[in-house]
Amino acid sequence: MTRLECAYDALGAVLDPELDEPITRLGFVRSLEVRDTEVEVHLRLPTAFCAPNFAYLMASDAKDVLTALPWTDLVIVQLDDHHDSGLINAGLAADAGYRGTFRHEAEQDLEELRETFRRKAHTAAMERCLTALLRERPETEPSRVTLADLPAGPHLDALHRRRAALSLPDDATALILVDHDGHGYDEAAVPLVLRRARATRISIEGNAHFCRGLLRTRYPDELLEVVTMDERSEFIIEDSAPRVSSAPGAKRARG
Amino acid sequence: MYTSNGENYYVVDAHIALWDGRPENQRNIHGKQFIDCFYDYHRNLSPESEVWSYEEYLYYGGDRLMKDLFEDGYVDHAVFQPAYLGEFYRTGFGQTEEAFALASKHPDKLTYNHCFDPRNGEAGLDQLRADAERFHLKGVKLYTAEWHGDSRGWRLDDPWSYRYLEACRELGVTNIHIHKGPTIRPLDRDAFDVADIDHVATDFTDLNFVVEHVGLPRLEDFCWIATQEPNVHGGLAVAMPFIHTRPRYFAQIIGELLYWIGEDRIQFSSDYALWTPKWLVESFVDFEIPADLTEYAPLTTAQKKKILGLNAAKMYDLDVPAELRLPDADETATGPRGADELVGA
Repeated sequence: MTRLECAYDALGAVLDPELDEPITRLGFVRSLEVRDTEVEVHLRLPTAFCAPNFAYLMASDAKDVLTALPWTDLVIVQLDDHHDSGLINAGLAADAGYRGTFRHEAEQDLEELRETFRRKAHTAAMERCLTALLRERPETEPSRVTLADLPAGPHLDALHRRRAALSLPDDATALILVDHDGHGYDEAAVPLVLRRARATRISIEGNAHFCRGLLRTRYPDELLEVVTMDERSEFIIEDSAPRVSSAPGAKRARG
Repeated sequence: MYTSNGENYYVVDAHIALWDGRPENQRNIHGKQFIDCFYDYHRNLSPESEVWSYEEYLYYGGDRLMKDLFEDGYVDHAVFQPAYLGEFYRTGFGQTEEAFALASKHPDKLTYNHCFDPRNGEAGLDQLRADAERFHLKGVKLYTAEWHGDSRGWRLDDPWSYRYLEACRELGVTNIHIHKGPTIRPLDRDAFDVADIDHVATDFTDLNFVVEHVGLPRLEDFCWIATQEPNVHGGLAVAMPFIHTRPRYFAQIIGELLYWIGEDRIQFSSDYALWTPKWLVESFVDFEIPADLTEYAPLTTAQKKKILGLNAAKMYDLDVPAELRLPDADETATGPRGADELVGA
């Protein structure tokens, strides 16, 4: 793999916490350039007013994964066209951290924010698995379903990842319908818990629709189209990252 | 009034604006970024035939507003919900004097709601009292991500916000429309979180809290608090245009809202001029939940009538012809206050 490809793959580990999808698949990587041991990545978002705390998380995560590559000496991450571009880019360049970047607007850290969205992502993944299973086997009692009962496939893979992020057990007997601490529910509570989980899944998917559409409208000339089936049964990704480089003659990432 | 298949629909557009986003009114780059963001929303979610030019979008004025809403758009009554954005625009984004003059000229068609910012302290409280008297306020529009000096956001349950809500109660300003935005202080937390609305809805049961955009991007959190608080309502601004671009997603939003909060607490709005009401009203009256979404019941004509106008008309005491009125439905299975008991939380 070339260094450019390595860098692009590394960015695939950076998730938009709200949408629970990699920034590469969302099209948030605007350009990526490798010059020997230097990497420069430009990120873009669907609007200038996307929440700055999420924008910072993605940009700083991008810097972290690129810095962690063994061959990088200098990593430049730039967030383009955002209302806080100046603040965030200066903070990233100085490695100022969250508090150093947002100063009086920051209190502690963004861990609670991350955790909130890890939980939502788990809830949505759990709902997808159970809803699919209930469609196949309507007589199933959701509160008793375990990991062993789920068919292999992208839904289950996704659930494994979300469970790991919350440190939930991964053995075959582990219950599926659990809260973020791994506690199951009484049968009586199941319908409402599943309805809430469905609302969470719909909300996340809806936001993803909205963000993709706005990104396409905002950057119409820069998008390359790739059609891929998402891990979700209900919708298809319609675009992905354009690997254009703003610097003439720079190496381009694989399309 | 919109008539289709022999049914008459009284239409209230519960969230409209008369803005000025022109360059001469922009104070800085953020003024341009903000109106450009709106324009992208507009272009992305409108049918092609309804897309305005950028110049038209920057400023459209009162005459066009009257035509788009009341001549072409079937709207019987509309409510201004202005965003101030004083850090981005010289005379603010929502044009107070122009909108209020228009509402004064057409009181049967337009209601003017104003805004307040609790960070203005005592002086702002005095201003709220003066505004309530001058504009005959029944409601206010609050934007929690308004920038204000060093601060770029506030919460409904901040102590000063309570002072303002107490003043609203005293002044009879009963309809509190809330739009959550991307910034809050501190930035450690999710700015779109609606937990603060839960707190104030519990503490001010005599005020109505209309959460604009039905809590999007946090629909699930909104549904959960709204099912428990009978004075929390959902405004469909921004959710409506999905009816065109993402009808299945729109069906799911409506299905969830009907399940959690019921048919009496949902309000139609075009969010004019983000979108125009004509095509939204037509599409909504024709809309059906796709048959394969078996988890949702069909959307009834009575539900459509309530959402399109009767619910907001009731909140604003509008004079709906007696033959068009409908009785309230029962509470949903999950609320109010039932939801907590059901999960034993």
